[in-house]
Amino acid sequence: MSDGGFAATHDVLLVGGGGAGLRAAIAIAETDPRLDVAVVSKVYPMRSHTVSAEGGAAGVIAEGDSLDEHAYDTVSGSDWLGDQDAIEAFVEEAPRELLQLEHWGCPWSRQPDGHVAVRAFGGMKRMRTWFAADKTGFHMLHALFQTSLKYDRLTRYDEGFVTRLLVDDGRVHGVVAVELTTGKIHSIGAKAVILCTGGCGKVFPFTTNANINTGDGMALAYRAGAPLKDMEFVQYHPTGLPFTGILITEAARAEGGWLLNGDGYRYLQDYDLGTPSPTPVLRSMELGPRDRLSQAFVHEVEKGRTSHSPYGPIVHLDLRHLGEKLIEAKLPFVRELCLKYERIDPVHELIPVRPVVHYMMGGVHTDLHGATPVAGLYAAGETACVSINGANRLGSNSLPECLVFGARAGRAAATYATGARPAPSSVHAQAADEVRRLERELLGHRAGTERVSRIRDEMQATMEESAGIYRAAPAMKKGVDTLAELQQRMAGVGVADTSRSFNTELVAALELANMLDVAECILRSGLEREESRGAHQRTDFPARDDERFLVHQLVHRGPDGSPRVGTVPVTITRWPPGERVYGR
Amino acid sequence: MTEVRAYRRTLSTWWWVRKPSYFLFVMRELSSIFVAWFVLYLLVLLSAIGRGEEAYRDVLDLAAHPLVVVVNAVAFAFVVLHTVTWFALTPKAMDARVAGRRVPAAAVMASQYVGLAVVSAFVVWLVTL
Amino acid sequence: MGSESSIGLRVSRYRPESDPGPGWQEYDVPLRTEWTVLDALNHVKNELDPTLSFRWSCRMGICGSCGMNVDGEPRLTCGTFLVDHAPGPIRVEPLANFHVVRDLVIDMTDFMEKLPRVKPWIIRDEEQSVDDGEYLQTPEELDAYKQFSMCINCMLCYAACPVYGLDPDFIGPAAIALAERYDLDSRDRGARERLDVLIEHEGVWGCTFVGECTRVCPKHVDPAGAIQRYKLKAAKQSVMAVLLPRGAR
Repeated sequence: MSDGGFAATHDVLLVGGGGAGLRAAIAIAETDPRLDVAVVSKVYPMRSHTVSAEGGAAGVIAEGDSLDEHAYDTVSGSDWLGDQDAIEAFVEEAPRELLQLEHWGCPWSRQPDGHVAVRAFGGMKRMRTWFAADKTGFHMLHALFQTSLKYDRLTRYDEGFVTRLLVDDGRVHGVVAVELTTGKIHSIGAKAVILCTGGCGKVFPFTTNANINTGDGMALAYRAGAPLKDMEFVQYHPTGLPFTGILITEAARAEGGWLLNGDGYRYLQDYDLGTPSPTPVLRSMELGPRDRLSQAFVHEVEKGRTSHSPYGPIVHLDLRHLGEKLIEAKLPFVRELCLKYERIDPVHELIPVRPVVHYMMGGVHTDLHGATPVAGLYAAGETACVSINGANRLGSNSLPECLVFGARAGRAAATYATGARPAPSSVHAQAADEVRRLERELLGHRAGTERVSRIRDEMQATMEESAGIYRAAPAMKKGVDTLAELQQRMAGVGVADTSRSFNTELVAALELANMLDVAECILRSGLEREESRGAHQRTDFPARDDERFLVHQLVHRGPDGSPRVGTVPVTITRWPPGERVYGR
Repeated sequence: MTEVRAYRRTLSTWWWVRKPSYFLFVMRELSSIFVAWFVLYLLVLLSAIGRGEEAYRDVLDLAAHPLVVVVNAVAFAFVVLHTVTWFALTPKAMDARVAGRRVPAAAVMASQYVGLAVVSAFVVWLVTL
Repeated sequence: MGSESSIGLRVSRYRPESDPGPGWQEYDVPLRTEWTVLDALNHVKNELDPTLSFRWSCRMGICGSCGMNVDGEPRLTCGTFLVDHAPGPIRVEPLANFHVVRDLVIDMTDFMEKLPRVKPWIIRDEEQSVDDGEYLQTPEELDAYKQFSMCINCMLCYAACPVYGLDPDFIGPAAIALAERYDLDSRDRGARERLDVLIEHEGVWGCTFVGECTRVCPKHVDPAGAIQRYKLKAAKQSVMAVLLPRGAR
């Protein structure tokens, strides 16, 4: 087990135990049962943010649907920035992955004859979204986690926080991690490492994301020399509850919910999204894509047609006409959340909503097998950018993405690990360096002139001002300057908590350092993209510019620590760039 | 990776008076003594019947002793507690269905009390015959 | 803002390196209608005392991290509002019946070791290939186990269970509810294997139907019901073992 300087070594190490991480772990165990797999996760796996996904998971299974249609919806949803070879692989493998999960016990909602049921979803031309009422992510995660308990060769390091990837000569050889309960720092050797740490919504002040979504994997990869891709594309979900930012699933609109402005008017009809009809029409009105719906909200605010709330302007989601029976059967969690956090019953009352940061389209640059440019380093799920989501992700594509690319990365990493070389001794010196750095931060007893929470608040406010639904160069430049200043102040952050046991202040400081790097990449990448595409809308460059920007942007970390933005082409196979048409 | 050095809390002596449900839990645990007493009492009664009318009368005299009456009353209360618990538990344990529809818990419980009443009435009828 | 009312929090603190045992610390936090106990703890952490440790993540009652004893009751702090506990002070302690790692953080390794023992995964006699499509399951068959599949592993039921408090070997409400969830799943054939585990002394028999687990469950899972159903199964099994010849069981 122990090897030289390592506390333990494994063939493949997963960082993160959510949907993608657990799917990858099982894929490795099934590819080669002799492989030694470990999962290190900063929370118990069933706490991972996959648990919060509500609406569903897209996969072609219904009669009359086709892989091509799912692919086209995804390509047009991505504003043609998604890689079409990746999207074709994705739509082809998604149904099989969802069926596999069915075999592992996921309680998918059913039709009366016992077959899996599907529902409509935003930006999708067919009903193809599998769902487990409106707790799809919760059920998927628990099915995966409980299934993973079957595999004896799977080691889990629960509540372990990875602080660094050990990389030598362009190859990954392991990680350094803090064991949270004891504060002990371990270096863990691994022939291959897969990053599955989810998104980075906490870079923003108002987000559906959980407290744990701090872009850890993105920052780890970035510092280890793997570039981040398309970081400017941040998805605002159109319907979050004010104050808490709790997500009200798109399924609420798919089941027939309406968005009303302050005048009780279905305002989406004014934004080239179709004409209102009493029953939901696919790819139209409330079932348009998320980027367009969130943008429509901003225009309603400008026109003064939204309602006021103590937490700023809001619109209303109207489910009243759906009736109690349907809401209880298909949207029970929506009702539960509204009753608890808004003290209103959507059966009889309007739900106040506003756009809220929800998902990161960008992430660690990978190929179709989850491989990053660093040998042995893989990424999957929201952490990664393959990219199937391009400039805007369609609702219900992210859960199957975790499964398809989690499994792909797992299989690729398993193959890689079988032929990998042992770690050179220089890696142990690197690990020792990291241990020393953390010891200093842990035991430094530094009073500190700066507080984690203060810098975090300022970072979040900066990101809201400069990387919102609409963006412009002056605010983004100002944001870049503020972030640079915050990076400097970060050096003065003190950890007042000197206990080694479950030191959440130390974790918050490490997370903040990660978020600052990610935030910087978002703004730098955003400044470079002088066009409007999908979720990246520039008021100073309002049109899509395929000539200059039908490319992915990669952010590398320069030798001085500052981001360098480059480009790689988008893969187009069968769908040449065209106009995104919804509702007509 | 490493053994957690966690603080082991101990239950306070009076934790069980904090909630009615905890109190009932401890009472049920305690009831075992009285249920055992009931069994013993019945055995004594049965053996007395076997030994003839004299012995039976002696036991009845003993049973009329105030202390024994009190003990029996308490024991009866505990047995009632057990009965109520058991009846409340039954609908949870059985997923009773009639014509494909789940029988409501209240109906299951009510039928048990009806059953108890019928059996009790039968026993009373037997004894007083 | 000056007129804003406040409420006291009495928080249990424990630092293993320096404290012989848990002690109390008082904080004053703004009393806002939309604030939960978790919001108040975060206010303490961000503004008053960064050294306070507690677990939390989704703040929408689905990840199961933030369970604590609030005024003596096991609660998800993200769903427990300050105004419902006014005028305070509100007592916040780590979940009862667990060892304390630090402040409000409990040690849940015991549950993590128990969970795999009940085999909470689909067990089949014959695995059907994914290529042959899904196992059919009618909405009624789904309904049979749905309630038991809602468990978020928040540990509130363990904190409420006096049997677990007295006998830490008791496998406990959530684990048994999950065993029942798979037993009742029409796709599963593993009931016998799970019964072998739960028929043991530390299995279902410790439970005397206190019912607190079901009462505190934030997801209406009804673990108490699951345990009673298991008792019936275990009793039937025991009777069969006595009555039937070996081969017929």
